[in-house]
Amino acid sequence: MKEIRELNLALGPTAEKWELLRNASDPFGERMTLQMGPQHPATHGVLRLELETDGEAVTRLTPHIGYLHRCFEKVAENVSYPQIVPYADRLDYVAAMNMSLGYVLTVEKLMGIEVNERVKTIRVICAELNRIASHLIALATNALDIGAWTPFLLLFQEREHVLDLLEELSGARLLYNYVCIGGLAFDLPEGWTAKVREFCDYFDPKIPELNDLLSNNKIFIERTGNVGVLPPDIAIAYGVTGPNLRGSGVKWDLRKDEPYSGYEAYDFEVQVGTGEMGQVGDCWDRYMVRVREMEQSVKIIRQALDRLPEGDVKEKIPRSFNKMPVGECYVRTEAPRGEIGFYLVSDGKKTPYRLKARSGCFTAISALPAFAPGCLIADLVAIVASIDIVLGEVDR
Amino acid sequence: MTAEKISQRLLAAGVTAEFKPTTPDPHLEIQREELLQVALLLRNDPDLAFDSLMCLSGLDWPNRLEVVYNLFSFKHRHKITLKVRCPKDNPIVPSVAQIWPTANFHEREAYDLIGVRFEGHPDPRRILLPDDWEGHPLRKDYQPPEFWHDIPVTVQLPTAIDEGN
Amino acid sequence: MINTPDPIVSLVITIIYCVGVVTFVFLFVLFSNWLERKVSAHIQDRLGPMETGGWHGWSQAIADAIKLLVKEDIIPTAADSRLFRLAPYIVFVGSLAGFAVLPFAMNLIGSDLNIGVYYIIAVSSLVVIGILMAGWASNNKWALYGAMRSAAQMVSYEVPVALSLLVPVLMSGSLSMQDIVQNQEGGFWRWYVFRAFPFSLISFVIYFWASLAEVNRTPFDIPEADSELVAGYFTEYSGMRFAIFFLAEYGNMFVVSAIAATLFLGGWQPILPALKFIPGPFWFVGKAFALVLMQMWLRWTLPRLRVDQLMHVCWKIFLPFSFANLMIVGLWTVLAKK
Repeated sequence: MKEIRELNLALGPTAEKWELLRNASDPFGERMTLQMGPQHPATHGVLRLELETDGEAVTRLTPHIGYLHRCFEKVAENVSYPQIVPYADRLDYVAAMNMSLGYVLTVEKLMGIEVNERVKTIRVICAELNRIASHLIALATNALDIGAWTPFLLLFQEREHVLDLLEELSGARLLYNYVCIGGLAFDLPEGWTAKVREFCDYFDPKIPELNDLLSNNKIFIERTGNVGVLPPDIAIAYGVTGPNLRGSGVKWDLRKDEPYSGYEAYDFEVQVGTGEMGQVGDCWDRYMVRVREMEQSVKIIRQALDRLPEGDVKEKIPRSFNKMPVGECYVRTEAPRGEIGFYLVSDGKKTPYRLKARSGCFTAISALPAFAPGCLIADLVAIVASIDIVLGEVDR
Repeated sequence: MTAEKISQRLLAAGVTAEFKPTTPDPHLEIQREELLQVALLLRNDPDLAFDSLMCLSGLDWPNRLEVVYNLFSFKHRHKITLKVRCPKDNPIVPSVAQIWPTANFHEREAYDLIGVRFEGHPDPRRILLPDDWEGHPLRKDYQPPEFWHDIPVTVQLPTAIDEGN
Repeated sequence: MINTPDPIVSLVITIIYCVGVVTFVFLFVLFSNWLERKVSAHIQDRLGPMETGGWHGWSQAIADAIKLLVKEDIIPTAADSRLFRLAPYIVFVGSLAGFAVLPFAMNLIGSDLNIGVYYIIAVSSLVVIGILMAGWASNNKWALYGAMRSAAQMVSYEVPVALSLLVPVLMSGSLSMQDIVQNQEGGFWRWYVFRAFPFSLISFVIYFWASLAEVNRTPFDIPEADSELVAGYFTEYSGMRFAIFFLAEYGNMFVVSAIAATLFLGGWQPILPALKFIPGPFWFVGKAFALVLMQMWLRWTLPRLRVDQLMHVCWKIFLPFSFANLMIVGLWTVLAKK
């Protein structure tokens, strides 16, 4: 299996490689094709992985997506700009604030709207709270796939606190419809900032607890260290972004490198995988990058709360969206699962001409056939869990 | 480098790259016959070094199809947008999947939803829709089929409300 | 069991004993199912069953059993139906047969074979056949994977199990379960786990971990890995057949814990000789139960090992240690006799 993995990496992403792997010698006819089907407890949604296996080792992997395609782009061409915000929420339903923030920033760039500081700060708080919630799911399901049942429930318990905060803010637990073009739907309720601070204080000691329970657990390290190594050049070539890219050692975070919504004012560190428990770019690195990012998110939230200025959150919301400027733009933001980019083409009417959502998970899945083959089936489950996909984003 | 400078660089290298100052993001129009040449130039030239394809989208205009490439360079931190046109009766565009592997899935999606066929793509089949679906849904004149494998296809798109907010 | 001159009376007493054991197994499985849910709940900071039956959902397991029994019996069309039907029973028989030589008290044993330990090791391997049948007959590639992994795991771990079980056999000089228990008379310091200290303790530990692998419990539950293989070799089973697999798994858990309790922890002997008035079965079941509780605790704490890591642990860690242990204890026994 080492040969197939090396062949995989050496040939690079060419058509010949697929052919060679497909026709690699199988003298005893031992290769078995099986579907890790759309219904499977470990594929994090409706993803079908067609595996060709030689015993337990995976020799070829073809992902099939589209089981959750909900025609976001077609719908976007038929409804007006503010109406698209709830649909954008439903792209990556686990990190809805980041999705709608990305969409809203795209439209604001097209219309040339510059929101005030209060709106920017609150958007940052919401995005970071949602990042914590989303990473908690990622880590919990990662643990569950490796076989550790307990962290799943403990982390979901923590997530309940975040969801309570966001429910108080926007009225919904998972899909908020809160970030509006030009501002926010509501201002902060009374006492909310105190509750967020309380949450930050409550959450700080939970991360070392998680590290004791899971991250430094010998069995977990055996299962995830040195497994599913994603070399940084393959990651960049295949367009992998977000924690998956940072896990491979590439220090790239859109919040620091192309700041939006006031992120340039916050002091936090970009977490990068260092290969502590294996090689750089293995599953443990990607897992640990997410754990550390949660710590940094708490730091950002505290700073944002400290500098929250006064203002009106609805002052820059346009009166009417019937006459939009003609133009096109592409804006990308750092969502918990990677970079979410919206390419918007407007022809002046009240509905977009074309809205394309480019999600981080889509490219992460496309990179799977490049670095996953050569592993065992149990490893494949660990790898799919570590790249953290949500099919809503992939299929849109 | 700004988009204008990049277009001048490309013109100097002998390809047609028309600079179009659309707002807020300007773009370069590339001829589809020269697309591979341009792509290799953009990737390999050390001053341009566009090693990352951020996004690839297909567009359906009334009289043509268009493919839009949003490129980014990690080295120089600059971006550029390219557009390639093709007629509807011959919607073939060379594939850049060998140059930027990100394009693999994105081109399949453009084929699936808009109908642009990418020549030289290693795995040219539909990605989001079932393999035997007919039609390209993101086209403006798309009519969904009545039945697909004996399942009735009903399409009810939401409509735009008049006043925003 | 009791050999009276009248064969009919003997037969009747034997049947009563068998019925008693099977009832005990059923009750134990129901109870430990409820207990597992409670233990897992409290480890995970939640409550577990609370409603069914009133106090802490004590009849939840019974409700689940009834639900399983009234479910539709689904046999996949392309499955090999004879093997499919037969597999659960073979697995159950493999685990139930172990109860025949478990000494519940001085006079309470199914059959005091003078090769008791040998019999138990042999009979618990029957389970592997049943599992392979289940995986193959399901006509499901994932079930087949689970069955192959399980067979490989169980067969490999038989070796450290047998080698660690040989240590008390060496120390007592007999394969009979009752003899081994009677040799541990006198208080907990006379139990085999503490006698040839620390070697028999090592044997006990190795036996405990290897027995976890025998019953497919985490961290060795890769054959039933929920998140990979749906349910491993019993994916296609539903209703009563699934209930039988379930019974067999929990029964097996008890059997391996009971073997550990008998051979290492003194069986039905009380902790202190003064406490002899408390009947033997109480001690025996109590010790076995403590080990079962330990197994449950581990399941909800640790992640699972991958197949090759599992094999590595068995062949490269447990096997050399148990071999070395056996030789040292053998030496110790010879020297102690002198």
